[in-house]
Amino acid sequence: MYFKKNFNKSFNILLLRTLIIFVFILVSFFIIIPLLPLFLKSFSDNKNNFIGLENFINYIQNPSLTQSFINSLKVAITTTFFSVLIGFIYAYALTRTRLPLKKFFNTFSLFSLYIPPLAVAIGLIYIFGKQGLITQGFFGTIPGFDINLYGFNGIIIGEIFYCFPQALIILVSALNLSDQRLYEAAESLKASPLRKFLTITLPNIKYGLMNSFFICFILSFTDFGVPKVVGGNFNVLATDIYKQVVGQQNFAMGATISIYLLVPSILAFLIDKNFQKNEASLISGKSIPFKPRKNLIVDSIMFIFCSLILILVIGVFSSIVLASLIKIWPYDISLSLQNFRFSNVAGNGYEPYFNTVFMSIYTAIFGTIFVFFTAYLVEKFKPLKKIRMLIYFFSTLPIAIPGLVLGLSYILFFNKPSFSVPFLDFKIFNPFSLLYGTMGILVLANIIHFFTVCFISATTTLKQIDKEFEEVSESLKVPFYKTFLRITIPLSLPTILEIGSYYFVNSMITVSAIIFLYPAKIPVSSVSIVNMDDAGDTASAAAMSTLIVLTSLFVRLIYEFTSRNVSKKSSVWINPLET
Amino acid sequence: MKKLFSFVMGAAVIGTALAPSANAWWWGKKGSEKASITVYTALEDDQIPNYLKSFERDYPNIEVNIVRDSTGIVTAKLLAEAENPQADVVWGLAASSLLVANDRGLIQGYAPKGLSNVKPSFRDPAKKPSWVGIDSWISAFCVNKIEAQKNGLSIPKSWADLTKPEYKGHIVMSNPASSGTGYLSVASRLQNLPSEEDGWNYLDALHENIAQYMHSGSKPCKAAGKGEYPIGVSFGYRAVKQVNMGQPIEAVFPKEGSGWDVEANALIKKDKIKPAAKTFLDWAISPEVSREYAKSFAITAVETDVPLPKGFPSNPEKQLAKNDLQWAAVNRERILAEWAKRYDGKSAPK
Repeated sequence: MYFKKNFNKSFNILLLRTLIIFVFILVSFFIIIPLLPLFLKSFSDNKNNFIGLENFINYIQNPSLTQSFINSLKVAITTTFFSVLIGFIYAYALTRTRLPLKKFFNTFSLFSLYIPPLAVAIGLIYIFGKQGLITQGFFGTIPGFDINLYGFNGIIIGEIFYCFPQALIILVSALNLSDQRLYEAAESLKASPLRKFLTITLPNIKYGLMNSFFICFILSFTDFGVPKVVGGNFNVLATDIYKQVVGQQNFAMGATISIYLLVPSILAFLIDKNFQKNEASLISGKSIPFKPRKNLIVDSIMFIFCSLILILVIGVFSSIVLASLIKIWPYDISLSLQNFRFSNVAGNGYEPYFNTVFMSIYTAIFGTIFVFFTAYLVEKFKPLKKIRMLIYFFSTLPIAIPGLVLGLSYILFFNKPSFSVPFLDFKIFNPFSLLYGTMGILVLANIIHFFTVCFISATTTLKQIDKEFEEVSESLKVPFYKTFLRITIPLSLPTILEIGSYYFVNSMITVSAIIFLYPAKIPVSSVSIVNMDDAGDTASAAAMSTLIVLTSLFVRLIYEFTSRNVSKKSSVWINPLET
Repeated sequence: MKKLFSFVMGAAVIGTALAPSANAWWWGKKGSEKASITVYTALEDDQIPNYLKSFERDYPNIEVNIVRDSTGIVTAKLLAEAENPQADVVWGLAASSLLVANDRGLIQGYAPKGLSNVKPSFRDPAKKPSWVGIDSWISAFCVNKIEAQKNGLSIPKSWADLTKPEYKGHIVMSNPASSGTGYLSVASRLQNLPSEEDGWNYLDALHENIAQYMHSGSKPCKAAGKGEYPIGVSFGYRAVKQVNMGQPIEAVFPKEGSGWDVEANALIKKDKIKPAAKTFLDWAISPEVSREYAKSFAITAVETDVPLPKGFPSNPEKQLAKNDLQWAAVNRERILAEWAKRYDGKSAPK
């Protein structure tokens, strides 16, 4: 008997160590190793001669390029401020108030993320461009107002569209988990609402807040889709990379700029690590979920705020729908459904659309499992501290890698038939090369491309669940996987489903990495949107975008439905929306 | 818990089952009987099916897989895949890009059947040319007649006109650092004024009037079509196409002549070159498909009897300004560095 218990415990630890190492190998092969060949290029010229730091020095000495760096910083700071602010208020309304029509607002919370970036740009141009509805005052019926879309302003609007839902996801999962007992205690001590907010709410979600700052900053610092279309002459680092890599095929310089792009994310990682030292978790086995009470004033302010945000987003979407129906904007505004027959435009008809849907389903399933398991191993256990730190660090990198850099790195790594062993005349077959030219590479690229937000969202949730659960299970000799399946997963279910739907919607719209990787036989719709727009067929591009948005919305509705049903059965915790 | 599992597994199973013949699809239908080739192209999406009709009719046993993207993306992809090329053939990509690819040793010289029909300036002069052209694309202005009138602008007729003060803030042009079309306009100006110095002086003056340098070749014309800016410096096919779509655009071919580049084909160097790839290249300069090209392009590499597409100048060959593709390729890095120093970055709107 004694022997058996001991055996179980050491088996448990052995299994854990093996799993941690296995995950470490996976993230290394999918994140770090593919980036190496491209980063080595930053130390060489385009003929692969080693030139040391010359590229880096050239970059710094070029005044127009340093200007881009400063511009990127300005964009990132402004976007982060507004996105986190909006995201926080919206998330607060969803989780901590009795917001009227809460289910509706919840369903549409990520709506701006469903719209392909190119379509957002089309929508913004139709509203705020020189001929836009607002600029021209709805065809001259009211005084027009020109916001000077092209340049800093346009970039900021576009980036907020893209970043605020990301802050929202993290903040919702942070605000979701809270302990009613703290608020009850505060109330019996007669604390004011402001005091409760400052001393309970804010400290409780500090990781969520930190992480959403971090995510928004890096996303807007590295994004290239928005500045490319509405940036005008306002250069940022990401458009510089585009010019080098796509415009001039100068991979070495493109790689050099990518390294500069990584700087803020490494800084953020270091700050985050220091910040985490004095952590305490929020949810213990004894916690009681928070139940918001009615408060007419707060509830109505929140209602107005959330409605305003949604009106803006839905306004942009409506202009896209309109764009898909209008013949020649803005000169011939007659309507037709012609544009939804894609076979007239590109040869493939609806095929790219279905490919994209399957790709997104696979990404959602495999991505969620992988990301959550990785976060769990990193967050919850003590063995192999250094390796877990490395996994954490690697997991925060993908967000700082522009899709176009990721796409090219993946070509360089996954299209390599074999590796040569240094100093020996010997080659090893590259098993990963089997993935190249298949659906697998697209799914993998998506999983990695959106890994960081999902990973951080998972760790935010896991941090808030007391380690007590693991400790108790350990002392009761329950293997960790049972605790994982019986406690951790049910408690984290809203976040898990959220990650799945995040993966899905992002895979539906992503272009930058996929455009380099999609195989000839698997065309995808986000690329055909770009191609249709290239061919001057804005209306068909808008029609395909509309289809994608509706699909994501449909999936979101399924998600709402399942999350409600599943959570009823697993725990009271999970659904403050039910209250 | 069991429920959750069955939910996840169920979703996975449904996902897999829904995939049409899941395995073949996932792995890219490797087992098919037909010979199949992968073709990388930058020709426009809506033209490709028309072109391919005659190939599909004559060679039903060859399956053609098309990867279409903009010139920059296709070129970057080709270069990145250098170690294990995926494409068999490149079809209709800028000759200047193919020069870069050839420079990196990615191209296998091949003389397609019917090469003698191709005009000499439209091919690499080597006996086994590394690239063989199919058509030429030339720079042109898209002028939005309605917006021009609203702003009281006359229609510009020449490169020189574009520097007139009245056009200040009304012109958009492709950024030569991100787009081949932008570069061909710049390179053409530098080659066609008495000295390169004069060329830069011209570009300085033009810069004063430019509202935006855009990141794609067709974008300026599209912006003009939507009335965002009255004048877009773009390329001829695009301008003519938008006119035919019913947009209030006038296609202007500048008096001094247009910058131009050739859209060309090439055979990719790899261990096993498929015979079907050569068949495709032979077909791609055949008179029949050239007639299809001629319906969109004013100038084709193989002379055809197709009447000039509507909207082009009556003697298109005369419209071509002096252009040395090799010179443009060799000097590209230097010119773009100079261009960026003068015009890029400092032009952020206040």
